[in-house]
Amino acid sequence: MDTAAKHIIKVSNLSIGYTSKKEQNVIASNLNIELKPGNLVCLLGKNGIGKSTLLRTLTKVQPALDGEVYINNKKLEALTNFDLAKTLSLVLTERLPDSSLTVFELVALGRQPFTNWIGYLTNNDMAIIQVAFEKTNTQHLMNSKCYELSDGQLQKVMIARALAQDTPLIILDEPTAHLDLHHTVNTFTLLKNLASEFNKTIIISTHQTNLALQLADELWLMSSSKFVSGNTNVLIEKDELNFLFDSDLITFNKSLKQFTINQ
Amino acid sequence: MVTPIKSYKGTFVILLAVLIIFILINISLGSVYIPIKEILASLFNGEVEKESWRAIVINYRLPKAVTALIVGSGLSISGLLMQTLFRNPLAGPFVLGISSGASLGVAILIMGATFLGTNIANFAFSSWGIAIAASAGSFLVLLAVMLAAIKVRNTMSILIIGLMFGSLTSAIISILAYFSSASQLQQYMFWSFGSLGNLNWKEISALFITFVIGILLVTFIIKPLNSLLLGENYAKSMGVNVKLTRNITLIATSILTGVITAFSGPIAFIGLAVPHLTKLLFNTSNHKTLLPAVAITGSIVMLICDSIAQLPNSEFTLPINAITSLFGAPIIIWLLVRKRKIYY
Repeated sequence: MDTAAKHIIKVSNLSIGYTSKKEQNVIASNLNIELKPGNLVCLLGKNGIGKSTLLRTLTKVQPALDGEVYINNKKLEALTNFDLAKTLSLVLTERLPDSSLTVFELVALGRQPFTNWIGYLTNNDMAIIQVAFEKTNTQHLMNSKCYELSDGQLQKVMIARALAQDTPLIILDEPTAHLDLHHTVNTFTLLKNLASEFNKTIIISTHQTNLALQLADELWLMSSSKFVSGNTNVLIEKDELNFLFDSDLITFNKSLKQFTINQ
Repeated sequence: MVTPIKSYKGTFVILLAVLIIFILINISLGSVYIPIKEILASLFNGEVEKESWRAIVINYRLPKAVTALIVGSGLSISGLLMQTLFRNPLAGPFVLGISSGASLGVAILIMGATFLGTNIANFAFSSWGIAIAASAGSFLVLLAVMLAAIKVRNTMSILIIGLMFGSLTSAIISILAYFSSASQLQQYMFWSFGSLGNLNWKEISALFITFVIGILLVTFIIKPLNSLLLGENYAKSMGVNVKLTRNITLIATSILTGVITAFSGPIAFIGLAVPHLTKLLFNTSNHKTLLPAVAITGSIVMLICDSIAQLPNSEFTLPINAITSLFGAPIIIWLLVRKRKIYY
């Protein structure tokens, strides 16, 4: 096996942005990423810097302007939505439409890429769903309706749905946006655990900078002028985080391993 | 692991029993009352007290009951499809402009036929003539909506485009109506009241065949419809071809609604209300359960409305369109007030 084969995501010379009728609106360019499986990756950056655009490009929601993306050694452009669904599952920030789906039905929907034309759940499917509930510790919610859940419970259930899809790669867009500190930490440790114990590759975009510095294996740092990716400890050691907010207000404190407010 | 998938077998058995009871009641009521025993005898070639009863059952009441079954279930399934696709509880089978297209076809036929000479006018006012005009009208409007749908990426825009085509066609109908005679207006009004009783067995077979084609299409999109309950982005991330699902849904709905409207007129309310009624009864969003449930509930509601419209023991028949709303709307309001909120 050559070295490239070990990468779950490989991005070279990627440009992301939007194409309108005449011109291209480039949000970031010349992005290069190499990511090995089993890591928790946190994508950090200010609001509006292009984190969502990057995730949308990596998940084939929108096309890349230039450059190449390989997911599990396959060129992203060549993968159909159906192929991609077996490699990559998503947890989005958008609210679920109203429905009276039960939690079990919601999680079971994660099996859709694998079930037959009518969506019949085999014993194997049932076992995988069961494991997804166990890993997220949500078995007791199984028979509840989704509309009865709190934000924290719903987020865990959405992670269970992604686990039921049983993909090596899970991408979450701001999974803790609506959560208090308790549930935020809870979600982060759950994701960390899934990455280290079950060899899942998990990429999240987040504004929980200090939590990310403590828990993430890798950081992807995005500013308007720069994109840096690498091992968290190495980046801290090299003191390469200060450009993130390029502001006089916040600086990175290497000894505390945290961002602090200048006073 | 205990399977937490609720089985609705009991509810379905009860609903089917209710359906059979209402089929028999529907056939037995009318200008003359026919006992249920005599109905069964006429259907299964037994001894019937009066031979005229057998003729009434076979030639009039049974075709009308079968039409009610097809119309009720077809419109209700279409309504459910539209509500899931547009994630909008106000969507119904007619949001794509199908009924307004059919109305336009019939309006042009009735109000324009006198210009075409008597031979054509005679054919025009037969039920086939009206069915063909209605089909052509709904097909043309639908084609326009579908062409727009291909261009438009946002599903919600299709809903608005459908509504706009509806407004356009009613405007044209208003102009036609302004220039037509009282008798033409009356004839058009009678068609727009809706009717289940005008079909012979030949017409019912045509209706039935297209109905089966529509239902077959629907069975293939049950699974993707369930993932659409999480929104289009999640559906896509689970490998669903959203555009294909959307197009099959639109085609199935237009086949079902188009042909039903062509033969029985624009029957209001059923397609919008029955999915709500069924969701209240079953408290589920799973289309594997909902689709058959909606079909049976729709048939029952249609049969009840038709029985009321017949005004038992009288010569009068009230317009079915008025009955469906008059009878159904208060029930839905009552259920909503009692349950406070429906979740789709």
